[in-house]
Order: sequence, then C-alpha cells, then structure tokens
Amino acid sequence: MSMATATAQPAGQTIERENYLNKHYGVGSWLLTTDHKRISLLYLLSITFFFFIGGFFALLIRLELLTPAGDLVQADTYNKLFTMHGMVMVFFFLIPSIPAVLGNFLVPMMIGAKDLAFPRINLLSWYLYIIGGVMMLHCMLTGGVDTGWTFYTPFSTAFTNTKIVEAGLAIFVAGFSSILTGLNFIVTIHRMRAPGMTWSRLPLFIWAHYATSIIQILGTPVIAITIVLVAVERTLHLGIFDPKLGGDPLLFQHLFWFYSHPAVYIMILPSMGIVSEIIACFSRKRIFGYTFVAISSISIAVFGFLVWAHHMFVAGISVYAALLFSLLSYSVAVPSAVKVFNWTATLYKGSIRYDAPMLYAFGFLGLFTIGGLTGLFLAALGIDVHVTDTYFVVAHFHYIMVGGALMGYLGGMHFWWPKISGRLYPEGWARLAALIVFIGFNLTFFPQFILGYLGMPRRYFQYPQEFQVLNVLSTAGATVLGVGYLLPMIYFLWSMRYGKPAPDNPWNAAGLEWKTPSPPTTFNFKEEPIVTWEAYNYEELDARPDEEAPSVG
Amino acid sequence: MSDSTAVGLHHEHRPELLHHFATEEQQRDSASLGMWIFLATEVMFFGGLFCAYLIYRGWYFGDFAAASKSIDARLGGANTAVLICSSLTVVLAIWAAQTSRRALLIGMLILTMLFGVTFLGIKGVEYKAKFDEHHVPGASFSFAHEEIPGHPGQYANPRHAQIFFALYFIMTGLHALHMIIGLGLFAWLLYAAWRGRFTPEYHTPLEIGGLYWHFVDIVWIYLFPLLYLIDRHK
Repeated sequence: MSMATATAQPAGQTIERENYLNKHYGVGSWLLTTDHKRISLLYLLSITFFFFIGGFFALLIRLELLTPAGDLVQADTYNKLFTMHGMVMVFFFLIPSIPAVLGNFLVPMMIGAKDLAFPRINLLSWYLYIIGGVMMLHCMLTGGVDTGWTFYTPFSTAFTNTKIVEAGLAIFVAGFSSILTGLNFIVTIHRMRAPGMTWSRLPLFIWAHYATSIIQILGTPVIAITIVLVAVERTLHLGIFDPKLGGDPLLFQHLFWFYSHPAVYIMILPSMGIVSEIIACFSRKRIFGYTFVAISSISIAVFGFLVWAHHMFVAGISVYAALLFSLLSYSVAVPSAVKVFNWTATLYKGSIRYDAPMLYAFGFLGLFTIGGLTGLFLAALGIDVHVTDTYFVVAHFHYIMVGGALMGYLGGMHFWWPKISGRLYPEGWARLAALIVFIGFNLTFFPQFILGYLGMPRRYFQYPQEFQVLNVLSTAGATVLGVGYLLPMIYFLWSMRYGKPAPDNPWNAAGLEWKTPSPPTTFNFKEEPIVTWEAYNYEELDARPDEEAPSVG
Repeated sequence: MSDSTAVGLHHEHRPELLHHFATEEQQRDSASLGMWIFLATEVMFFGGLFCAYLIYRGWYFGDFAAASKSIDARLGGANTAVLICSSLTVVLAIWAAQTSRRALLIGMLILTMLFGVTFLGIKGVEYKAKFDEHHVPGASFSFAHEEIPGHPGQYANPRHAQIFFALYFIMTGLHALHMIIGLGLFAWLLYAAWRGRFTPEYHTPLEIGGLYWHFVDIVWIYLFPLLYLIDRHK
C-alpha cells in the first residue's frame, strides 16, 4: 500500500483537523444534518441493523433445514421466517445498501459537488426509511407475514391471517425513500458536476448510480400502487386480484414483477460500479472500454424493465409471451457480459495488487458470473419448468444478490473506509474476512444448485432424507458466512478508535473523492475543482512522482 | 492543487441561493429537473392503475359501461372545466411574478385555490351520491338489475361493476389526495407571495408548484373520459 502520500494529519493523538465528523457534536447535529456524508452514516447504521435482523432469520432457516424433519420450528413459523428474511433483506437492506450508504457519500464527492442537489430531501428519505423500518419491526414483533416476500394474491388478500397490510405499508413508505434517493442522484449528476467533469469523464460508479436511479424512480411507484391495491382489496374484500370475484391474479404478478425484477438491478448495478472503481485502481489501469461499460449500465436498466414475466413462465401466461420474455431475458446477458469481459480485459497486463477491496472484487467477478449464467438456465423455457420454485432458483438469486451485490458492497466499504472514517482498517484481518466470506458463501449456496436440480422445492420446512447431506453442507457454510460478516463489523468499529490515521489517498487512486482530506470537511472541497483529466488516469498518476499528489486542506 | 483552480464566486448573491449551489441558474435548473423527475414517478404511480383499469375495461366492457353510466358526467364535465381554468390562473400567477405584479399574483393564487376547492366540493357531491346509491365497494355494495347500455334485457354483473367502482374510487381518490396536497403547496406559495418573496429574478417555487398543479390537471384530463364517458352515446 502506498503510504507516501503527503498528509497534514499529525502522527500522534494531537488535535484533529476539522472534518464532517467532528465539526458538530450531539444527537441533534446528526438527526437534523443535511450533510450527505452524515446521512450516509445514518443509513450505514440503520441498514446494518436490518442486515443482522435479516441474517438472524436466515440462520434460523438454515438451522431448521439441518435435519429432514421439521423439528426446530413449526411450519407456520418457518413460513414467517423466510418471508421476513426476504422482506427485510430486499427492501430494508439490499435496495438501500449501496446507493444510500456509499452512493450518498460518494456521488457528490466524485463529481466535485458540495452536496447532493436536495440535502433536505436526502434527510427526508432517511426518515422515510426509518418510519418504514419501524413499521416493519412492529409488524414482525406482532406476528409477521407468512406469504413469502412476493405476497402473491389471492393468498395474501383473501386467505392468510397475517399482517399483510402493515408490511405492505412499511414497504410503501420505504419505497418513497428509495424514490427520493434516486431523484436526488439524477438531478445531482445532471446539474452539480464540477467544471470539466463531462459525461465521458464520470467515474463508472456514477454511471452505475445513474442507471440505478432511473429504475428507482420509474419502477418503485409501480410496486407502491400495487401495494395500495392489495391493501384495499384485503381491507374491503374486493376482487381486483381475486379470481373468485372476477379479478386477475396474473395482473398482480405482472405489476409486482414489473418493479421487483428491475429491483434486482437496483441491487446489482451499484455493485458493478464499485467493482469498476476497485479493479481500475488495483490493476493501475484505465478501465478497458470505458464507454461500453458506462453504456452497458444504462442498457441493463432499460432491458431490465422488459424481462419481468420470466418470473411467470409457469403461471399461465401465453406461450408467445413466454417466448418473447425468454428472448429478452437472454438479451440482458449481453450488457452484463460486456462488463465482465471488460473488467477481465482491464486486469490483463495490469499491476495487480491483492488488497482486501480487490479480493472482494475478484469474489464478485466469479460469483456474479455463476449467478448470471444460471440466470440463463432459468430464462430458458424448458429448464425453467423443471427448476421453478426449487432451490436452484434460491441459489441463483443469492449468487446475484449476496455473491454479487453484497460482495461489491463489502468491497466498496473497505475501499472507501479510510475516506469515510479517516482510519485504516487492519489489512490482514480484512483479507482473511474476504476469504472467509467467499468460502462460506460458496459452501452455503453451491449445494443449493444441486438440491434444486434434484428437485428440492423452496419454502418447505422439511424434506426427504436423501437431501440431508447437501443441506448440512449448506448450513455449515451459512455459519462460516456469518463469521465472515461479523468480522468486518468488528474491525471497522475497532479501527474507528484504534486504526492508524488514514492519509488522504491511501490507494493512490484516481477520482475526485480522493482529492479531499480523510475524513472530508463538511463541504468536501475547499475550492471548486476543475477537471482536466480523463477518468482512471492511472498510467498518468503512476508516471508522476508522489509529491505532486494533491492535498486540499 | 496543480490541476484545479478556484472559481471566483465571491460576488454578491441573493439570500435564496443555497450554499451548495454555485449559481442561481444551477439552483433553478436543479429544482425544476427535480420536479420533472418526480412527475415521471407520478406517471408510473398512476400508470399501474391505468394499466389495471384498461385490462378490466377490455374484459368486462359491458359491466364497466353500465357502471360508468351511473356516475354523473355533467358533474365530471364541470370539474374538467374548473381544472382547466385553474391551470390558466396558475400560468397567469407565474406571469404576474415575472412582471412584478404582486396584487395580480396574489389574486391568481387565491383564484387557483378557489378552483381547487370547488373541484373537491363537486367531487364530494359525486361521492355522496355514490354512497347513497350503495355503489361504494365493500359489504353494502349493490348494483343489481342495471342494464348494459345498448343491450336491452342484459344486466351487468355486480362483481365486475364493483371492480369498476373500486378503480373509480381509488383513481379519483388518489387524484383528490394530490389536489389536497396541491392546495397545501399553494397555501404556502400564497403566504410567500404575500410576504413579497417572489421577484422577476426568483420565482422558482411558483414554477415547480405550477408544474405539479398542471400534472394533477392532466391526470384528470385522462380520468374523465376513461371513467365517465364509456359508451355514453348508447
């Protein structure tokens, strides 16, 4: 790690420079802040809380599946466990994770702005998230929901006795938090770029967040109105989606997946943005095919809106619709593959360093590729009929959401932790954690591909004897994975107090965010920067001697 | 920093300019782009409902036509006129701000709000009629022996008619909720205008408030023919 960068930070424990963390003290200064960096930390705390709640449910699910018999929890409890696991992880962890934490922190800094365009709306979005989160917690503590996170009608509107309306409203409120974040990012990226920061000079992290924001503002309102319809139907016993009363349950599925499929890209696109940053930095090269990687983010967002019915191949849609949606689903593989191949090409002849962020990026590359390729299995009509509603599907989307999105999130947290906290995390522990996560993840989810292919259905709390070995492997992997997730939380907290003070640019990375102090001051830049260089000018950076590395403040 | 220089921003700026914007133009453009994007979100929000409506209208056309005939198109038409007038007064209010006519500005804002309240009042009368006729979906809903227009002797299926009324109440109800929010916004704009905050140089809140108001109008322009005018001529 190149530590030669000049820094104004004194070596000892003497007076710290004024920064966004120590400028004001007290609870009020956090709860009423409009600083995008502080709001990012508020989000970090809240989503970590929900991540561990969702993780706790996952652990109980895996423990129940340790034995073929349903012996740890009852069937009803099991239904609630996987439902609440899904709802919490999807709506309260994965969707806000990267945009609301790292995006909030980095989008203004990467484009040379003092803040997001609407700082107060940014704070409002956090409060909406918290209100939704409290509603979800209340719903969980008073009985929860047992429909699966997809709350399909008419089961959710006419049969189940669990708290559908409350959970739905929680998701509704959290959805508006997501919309406001996306709106803020789009306006910020359009209107707040520093002079010289042209579209073709934007970091790919920004392109990825731009594409994500498009999905957030256009997809989320559709699930919102769907929830309104479900709530009204359930409360007044109407038949909008209930076939017994003339309604159409398929219409619900169409509306639901119109948002919930693109939602997968809300999770994975920002992660891809992070991976682009990390791979360029740790192979010291400009990203190969910058334009293609940037445009592929946008095309994933656009194509992502046209594939939703591949979740409904066995639900009774017409053969011709299924053919079309299968074809369109395959077409999403093109921009995804463009990304993977361009990252690989960037590595070619690069000076690769294996620091923890890069290990997570490598993990992402492998796991996302497996998740993506198995997605093609599922987009093929014939195979999909065989593996629908089996553990094959469960394994596939966990490879994308956990192996992809979460790996990227952790990689990004390590990469930018010195900037966020002003401290260095312990590199050795971090590499170990990355390795543990990778091993634990594969041990948990790879056996589920086989289980699914052999015919084990999802969402059952017991299973035939012959599936036990693979389930034991999976449960063992889950405990390893749990350790892998606890470790970073522990050493990040540790580093805030005991970590070495971070220099302004510990990785000698390109990008405007590294030209600010660590941690940054409240308005990020002392002077408005003027950008005269292309993105990822690593060849230039490495050719220049270190003393030229800029230090603002 | 070798490759960046300071941009001189130390000229006098107005108090409306927030600290994180470099220029007033940037602030104004951001605000208006933000509202346009919010309206895109709103289009998708109502879009889900329009999608559901169009599907069921296709499936249950006769039942929808019968149910549609039971709501008062004259009241709906009057409301359409009221809203179009209110859009005109919004535009005149912005023009008044641009040309420093404070009294006209305040008058137009008041007139806009009056139109808004009138709309809600007429809507209330319509809802009351539906309530009296037991056309509100739910336990006491009834829609028996209502003939399908153009098909004498054929009666509408009450269940399908109930879907029409459910969508009618959800769509017009959400629209009315947007009107109420709009009235709140305009009350605030009126207060700010009364305090003399808007000048030919600075009237962004009026512009984005106006965008919102026009959007709510446009939703109604679609709702009116879709809900009130199915097969009226038969």
